[in-house]
Amino acid sequence: MAKPKVATTSLAGCFGCHMSLLDIDDRILKLVELVDFDKSPVDDIKEFTGRCAIGLIEGGCCNEENVRVLQDFRKHCDILISVGDCATMGGIPALRNNIPLEECYEEAYLNGPSVHNPKGRIPDDPELPLLLDKVYPCHEVVKIDYYLPGCPPPADTLWEALVALLSNKPVNLPYELIKYD
Amino acid sequence: MSETMTITIDGREIQARPGQTILEAAEAAGVYIPRLCYMKGLTPHGSCRVCTVLVNGRPQSACTQPATPGAVIENDTERLLALRRNIIEMLFVEGNHFCMFCEKSGNCELQALAYRFGIPAPMYPYLWPKREVDASHPDVMVDHNRCILCARCVRASRDLDGKNVFQFVNRNGHKRVAVNAEARLGDTDLKVTDKAVAACPVGALLKKRVGYAVPVGKRLYDHEPIGSDIAAAHKK
Ligand code: SF4
Ligand code: SF4
Ligand code: FES
Repeated sequence: MAKPKVATTSLAGCFGCHMSLLDIDDRILKLVELVDFDKSPVDDIKEFTGRCAIGLIEGGCCNEENVRVLQDFRKHCDILISVGDCATMGGIPALRNNIPLEECYEEAYLNGPSVHNPKGRIPDDPELPLLLDKVYPCHEVVKIDYYLPGCPPPADTLWEALVALLSNKPVNLPYELIKYD
Repeated sequence: MSETMTITIDGREIQARPGQTILEAAEAAGVYIPRLCYMKGLTPHGSCRVCTVLVNGRPQSACTQPATPGAVIENDTERLLALRRNIIEMLFVEGNHFCMFCEKSGNCELQALAYRFGIPAPMYPYLWPKREVDASHPDVMVDHNRCILCARCVRASRDLDGKNVFQFVNRNGHKRVAVNAEARLGDTDLKVTDKAVAACPVGALLKKRVGYAVPVGKRLYDHEPIGSDIAAAHKK
């Protein structure tokens, strides 16, 4: 029987949650016995090759591309998990949420203390995904099935949740594994 | 202690003294009723409703409701847990709570209640309000992003410190804590040792220069849910 597939992505995140996944240490060998990785930065597969059992989402949605990727994950994955505070509540990128977008652009590209931008132009290449008005937690964009908060969630949290889901058991994590920091 | 009365909490009979609130009587018997605006030593405020119990079928705040003979109380039920979870989730989305860098994280009562109730992520839409930080005082700062309007600082300053440094101004969504000075916290006679500073359950009123002093793993709520001490103290 083919192994179930897992896909992962980092939207508006810092890759810290992916680091935490690698932090399961030698259990990673067990993990590759249990599953195959599909679309993921772990194996650099860029597009889905088929249906996945589990999708791990790091980061919330700060631009239109994040939204498209997240919707693509929802389409291809049976179970979608918001991993980390950025996915569950917006996280550090959401610090901009009570600042008007224009002010954010001006600070980043014109007025910031370390900005060198002699032409005074804000990047507007059509290739660049447009920023959303705010950073959104994933569940405000698509349906999310499970939430693993933390900045990042501990490796044990990710491991325990994955093992429970892959063996069709309820995800009942102990008190110490669900934390917001 | 001659004059006690019997009340029932979740089917268990306990003794209460006249004048005790339901929350106090329960606590004395080793039963934890979740609470947030209540703080031992302060006049109950009855505003957060986290301590809501059913008394003879009616919702009441346990921190203000006196124990009465024969009262039948529900506390630890699915229905009340759902209600309390909703309150906690609403408090998260109506402020700006970035626990990952908050100095209070691990020792915060709001966060600890979310952990205790098993909230992995608040489900209400986030409001992202624009709030101020007042760091004008040399030893204390107020971060309104994290204030949950529990009035613990207001009561502690008025009743314990005898100062009235903090009050509420405005109403509804505009309600906030203000200081008793022309301009900022630095202009008040607040001292870092005032009871008002220590009364804040969240990271809204913070002592400066002591943040992150306690490592992760050694903070108040890292290992045991908030309220565990109440049941444990009774067993001893
Ligand atoms: S005050 Fe509490 S809930 Fe708010 S950010 Fe700080 S630790 Fe988190
Ligand atoms: S500053 Fe702290 S103690 Fe005062 S009302 Fe806000 S949350 Fe409560
Ligand atoms: S603790 Fe009773 S209403 Fe807040």
